[in-house]
Amino acid sequence: MERPAWAPPGIDISVPSVSRMYDYYLGGSHNFEVDREAARKVLEFMPGLPKAMQANRAFMRRVVNFAVGRGVTQFLDIGSGIPTFGNVHEVARNADPDACVVYVDHDPVAVAHGQAVLGDDPKATVLAADLRRPQQILESPEVAEVLDLNQPVALLLLAVLHFVDDEEDPYKAVRQLRDALPSGSLIAVTHMSYDTVPVPREQAEGVVGVYRGTRSPLISRSREQIANFFEGYEMVEPGLVSMPQWRPDSPTEQEDPYAFAGFAGVGRKA
Amino acid sequence: MAPSEVSGSAADPDGLEDRLRRFATIWSRAVFPVTATSLTRVEIEQHLLPLARQLSESLHAHTFDARAVQKIGGALIDAHCTDPEALSRTLGVIDAYLVLYCGDPGVEGRGADQAAEDSRARCARLQHALAAGYAYGLRERTRAEQEAIAHSSLAARNAAVSALHATETRLRAVFEGAAIGIAIADLEGNILEVNETLTRMFGGLEQHVRGKKVTEWSHPEDRPHVWQLYRELVRGEREHFRVEKPFFRNDGTVLWTNLTVSLLRDADGRPQYQLALLEDTTERRLLHLRLRYEATHDALTGLPNRTLFFERLEKALSGGEGSRFGLCYLDLDGFKAVNDSLGHATGDRLLVEVADRLQSCATAPGEMVARLGGDEFVALTTGPDTEHEVDELAARILSALASPIRVDGREFTVRGSIGIVEGPAGERTTAEVLRSADITMYRAKSAGGNRYETADPEADARAITRHGLTTALPAALERGEFFIEYQPLVDMCDGKVHGAEALVRWCHPQHGVLGPDQFIPLAEHTGLIIPLGRWVLQEAVRQARYWQEHHADLGPVRINVNLSPTQLQHPGLVKETVAVLEGSGLAPGSLCLEVTESALIGADEGLLRPLRQLAELGVDIALDDFGTGYSNLANLRRLPVSILKLDRSFTKGMQHLPVDPVDLKIVEGIVSLAHSLELAVTVEGVETGAQADQLRELGCDTAQGWYYARPGPPEKLHALSLADAV
Repeated sequence: MERPAWAPPGIDISVPSVSRMYDYYLGGSHNFEVDREAARKVLEFMPGLPKAMQANRAFMRRVVNFAVGRGVTQFLDIGSGIPTFGNVHEVARNADPDACVVYVDHDPVAVAHGQAVLGDDPKATVLAADLRRPQQILESPEVAEVLDLNQPVALLLLAVLHFVDDEEDPYKAVRQLRDALPSGSLIAVTHMSYDTVPVPREQAEGVVGVYRGTRSPLISRSREQIANFFEGYEMVEPGLVSMPQWRPDSPTEQEDPYAFAGFAGVGRKA
Repeated sequence: MAPSEVSGSAADPDGLEDRLRRFATIWSRAVFPVTATSLTRVEIEQHLLPLARQLSESLHAHTFDARAVQKIGGALIDAHCTDPEALSRTLGVIDAYLVLYCGDPGVEGRGADQAAEDSRARCARLQHALAAGYAYGLRERTRAEQEAIAHSSLAARNAAVSALHATETRLRAVFEGAAIGIAIADLEGNILEVNETLTRMFGGLEQHVRGKKVTEWSHPEDRPHVWQLYRELVRGEREHFRVEKPFFRNDGTVLWTNLTVSLLRDADGRPQYQLALLEDTTERRLLHLRLRYEATHDALTGLPNRTLFFERLEKALSGGEGSRFGLCYLDLDGFKAVNDSLGHATGDRLLVEVADRLQSCATAPGEMVARLGGDEFVALTTGPDTEHEVDELAARILSALASPIRVDGREFTVRGSIGIVEGPAGERTTAEVLRSADITMYRAKSAGGNRYETADPEADARAITRHGLTTALPAALERGEFFIEYQPLVDMCDGKVHGAEALVRWCHPQHGVLGPDQFIPLAEHTGLIIPLGRWVLQEAVRQARYWQEHHADLGPVRINVNLSPTQLQHPGLVKETVAVLEGSGLAPGSLCLEVTESALIGADEGLLRPLRQLAELGVDIALDDFGTGYSNLANLRRLPVSILKLDRSFTKGMQHLPVDPVDLKIVEGIVSLAHSLELAVTVEGVETGAQADQLRELGCDTAQGWYYARPGPPEKLHALSLADAV
């Protein structure tokens, strides 16, 4: 069904964007001064944050390879952000050239950038949509074109759920996504949690304060609360752990302490 | 850490390949902490190994190739080592370890010193070139990424702008194509923008609408609060309001609308514009008014109908302290005859004329006339003085009807009966008032019509009882609430009981025992007289047969049963009577059916035939209440009667001595006449011995009355006859 093209909420690059801040943490230049300014403030409170981002990227790589190893070659990456080196479709195709990916983000600039990067790739596309309205994602022509929802899908919710407030009911949104996927599907989540950040709590709250100035305030959740996102799915070994501890390729003792911030896990629909 | 299998010189720990690997390991350990790559350190090391080889080659190359080394710097950028600290650490590693791991170990002596010096110099140049290459690569990458993100944000903006444009186009289409009128005005009320629909609603000329002020849109029929709501809105105290509001069109006609006005605020929340949405309800309103009119008025006469009348009466009855109401309930006398004889078309024209006359009688404020249906009309008056106004109103109505009405070339004199109910508001319901008026109207009608009567509670109560009894009759018969009393008939020659009249009674659960006068007319009216009469006949015949069988000493006891006019006309009379006689085994000659004289006045042969048939079977027919109607003596001859029952009014004057000589003469004459026609005479109402003696002397055959016995249960008849025998 074609919807009326009501204007999007607006492109205002005078407001920091979490996806461009993320790019900055990773050393990219896909960002503007407002983003860098906000990111630098965050780094004042948590100087090692880029290491957490890096661990998140590394987790993504391992999860994608794990999925392909289990025969799951369709990926729905919600909150994908600015495409940068080592994207999901690159990692996935390295393992299986036929892998298909739909990237979803609600930041119009990130989406436009994604479109520029992907061009007219028939097996990878980017969709402007919001995690908080999962039906719009599931019923989108992009998903219909690239993914077969009758076959298992790996749903990636990496470093995105901690930007959705409880008032907006992320549990309901994730449940709708989980319910829409067939048996054999995977859900991968990484989520920030105060308790695991190697800085005093007041300092962590300083970060939250910075993010309040973006359109995506940062929400910390406990391990139990994060575990609820997997409800109805079986946890893949080793369960919900810190990012480097999830099926590491190499010993984890060399990792930066920041890499252990937050939780990561993968669930599988029986 | 597993050594690389691809390297062929793993076996030689001091071989160049192995030294290169160790160099790459040191290098990767130095830069890994400052990279943002998602690769592991081992993967980084594998990425750095070919670069280390190139560094080694450049160190030993005969001619120094700065470009090749610059590419190594660029390759670091490609490996996402974009943090300048990565360059610093790389240069540190090269400075400290490159010559150490990759220098030429084969040269010794002074030549060796020279060679080491050359390597140092080459290594320094190499670092300069690598730094330049790194900076160049980083600059290019930064430029590319900045350009890419700027491009993307521009693309996103363009998409947003075209979406905004599409939205605007759509909104414009909605604005212009909407079926409702839309206007935008500033807070001073200056109309800035109107759509086509609104212009059309106002009569089609845009300049008549645009440029005007909202405040010019007032209308005398505006609800008082409309402009109050408007002021609240423009002051920012109210977000929107919705009212029904009329406007003047350009041509002066009225436009009715459902109006919704909303306040539009700017980005900072300050009131900026007002938005009015107008839905044209003019036609709907007219239709509604017409439907309402049709629903509340009588199609024939145009008078208010029952619905509207009840609304008004309801309102009058719920009026406050001191308010009163007066109601005239009019029913035309004999209107049915007009309809039946001249047809409904004429009847209708007559009603229209009557309606017009009635309308002219109730023109004062608070007065109304309505047609309830058929030929029933009501006139209502309200106010504090209805007590005498209502009588005047009724008098006006009767006088308005007094002059003949001319319809279809004929003149009709229309008369009516009016029931008046008047009283204070708040005491009675509409239903109670209407019932009282109806009852009172019937009182006026039974008093001869062409008059009005005023309701009084006692008359109402009687009528209400009458009403109650009528509705209770059918169930009473089913529940066996009726019973029969018997009054002996005495032979005047020998003073013996030779029969009894069956008299029906109703043992009413609330009112006690009721006589036939109280319910037989009602039973006649409702038709219940047929089953009730049948029951009485069966019961009385069965009782007579019982007497004959068990009290042979009484002789051939006869039973008198009354027949009402309705029963007389019932087609099954003969058949049912015969069936009852046959069913009980009573001889027809033991039954006497009493028929009132008035029921037989003007009776034609058709009505007399059943009686004649019964008489031929041997059943006696008695003419009851003889002498009360206009007794047609000539007619007596052709009636199939064998007994005259003389009404008690003739015998009344004989109760006491001296006897009224005129009564004496009349009775004497009747008896003589009856006997000459071979009719027996029975007298009713014998209450004294003197009376009895007198009547015996006059030649009466049979008597009944309190002197002998009051009506009573069947056992008493037996006792009486025993006493009589003694």
